[in-house]
Amino acid sequence: MRYLILIYVDPATYASVSEAEQQAEMAEYYALGPTFRERGWDVSGEALQPVDTATTVRQRDGKFLVTDGPFAETKEHLGGFYLVDCANLDEALEFARSVPDVRRGSIEVRPVLEFS
Amino acid sequence: MDVTNVVDDVVRREHGRVLSILIGVLGDFDLAEDALQETLVTALERWPRDGIPNNPAAWMITVGRRKAIDRLRREKNLGRKTALLADPVAISLAEPDMTGETAIPDERLKLIFTCCHPALSPEARVALTLRTLGGLTTAEIAHAFLVPVPTMNQRLTRAKAKIRGAAIPYAVPSVEAIPERLDAVLNVLYLIFNEGYAASAGDNLIRRELCAEAIRLTLPLVALLESRPELGPQPEALGLAALMLLHDSRRPARTDAEGEIILLEDQDRGLWDRGQIDAGVGLLDRAIAARLPGPYQIQAAIAALHAQAPTPAETDWPQIALLYGRLWHYTPSPVVELNRAVAVGMARGPLAGLALLQEPELAAALDGYHWYHAAVADFLRRASYRGSARAAYVRALALCENRAERSLLGRRIAEL
Repeated sequence: MRYLILIYVDPATYASVSEAEQQAEMAEYYALGPTFRERGWDVSGEALQPVDTATTVRQRDGKFLVTDGPFAETKEHLGGFYLVDCANLDEALEFARSVPDVRRGSIEVRPVLEFS
Repeated sequence: MDVTNVVDDVVRREHGRVLSILIGVLGDFDLAEDALQETLVTALERWPRDGIPNNPAAWMITVGRRKAIDRLRREKNLGRKTALLADPVAISLAEPDMTGETAIPDERLKLIFTCCHPALSPEARVALTLRTLGGLTTAEIAHAFLVPVPTMNQRLTRAKAKIRGAAIPYAVPSVEAIPERLDAVLNVLYLIFNEGYAASAGDNLIRRELCAEAIRLTLPLVALLESRPELGPQPEALGLAALMLLHDSRRPARTDAEGEIILLEDQDRGLWDRGQIDAGVGLLDRAIAARLPGPYQIQAAIAALHAQAPTPAETDWPQIALLYGRLWHYTPSPVVELNRAVAVGMARGPLAGLALLQEPELAAALDGYHWYHAAVADFLRRASYRGSARAAYVRALALCENRAERSLLGRRIAEL
């Protein structure tokens, strides 16, 4: 079963994080992939550039509309994601709990729709 | 008893056990439920003719599994789930011993942990638990929770779709995950019980039946947890079972023949179910022995102090006040503080109770709650401030929507 682990964070909350804390957190992130590959979970993922680099595309009444910014005006934005292949939701939630940004942001766990 | 009643009785008793095994074998909630429904139809046809099998649960599992396979064969052309037919695990369970000699594994722990998974909404957990383990119909659950049947149906359908779609595992959680996951299970059972307990006279029978249903679900849970010592001691589960038995023991005394509410201090204590009180206190003693206190054990201890007082005057109010103080550390809600204030007032006199009730923070938090104004009114009445007491009762009455409670408040006003 594959799950997309979506990491939503409010960029404003990073202002209060010290340099040392940021580095410790990065180390935690780097450790995630190898740790979980050892458990037999296939893990891939990427961090994303800040939300002000986002562009949204829509097609309405046949016309394309390209706008600056993310699709939803919320404080928390998609900051990165993982794609994890594991046995079930409990394992996916275990993964989500170990994502460092769980302490500040919100981690959404979405099962992948498989076309088989 | 005619055979329909016997069948109904057996079905209700065995529903959770049979369904929990069918779900395990078939790996699909809907398929297992449909198969069980068809099995019940067959039982109603055959049992009157052939007699009730020695081991009805084993019969239901065997027949249910065949029904599921028939159903899958019919759908085979659609290409659905053909793999299951070749699953060796499923085949090995095909013919359980029909004589009743073989113990059937009890899979209800898996079922309850799945139905009460925190990834489901709290309403869905309650509904699924009653549907699958309690064997209540969707219509019965809808009536008990005062929602339209289609709404409840949709709630159940959506929950089952999430279990399947998100792959919520059909398993007892790992030992590390047990505390958090068991909390969710106990909360569901507590909600079911409270829904029935709060539904007093004038409401329909099915709502009051929820108390008995909650007890029917909680006692086997306690036994199943105790049969798995590797999961560790679970005193809060014992505490919740004790709490339910102790509250429910007062049921015969809580209302009069007209369905009017009788308050604790006015109840005929001879009508309390002593056997149930003893069982509740026994469970609580076992819980406390584990020395891991928690909110259910504290609430059960409060209920036990009430249950063990021979007369209202002999109630150990100082101890009850102390226990509400401890409960507040787990659930810091204004209603807990209200109860503590009432206990303090009963222990030290109405003015002491009023002083706590009139703390500005508490008064502000509970201004819209009729029991708050009723408690204030009660202490004012006891302190002989009749005018102020009447005003507070009138305020309580204006906020109260339950018929039986309104009638009680009306009687209090008339007595002043």
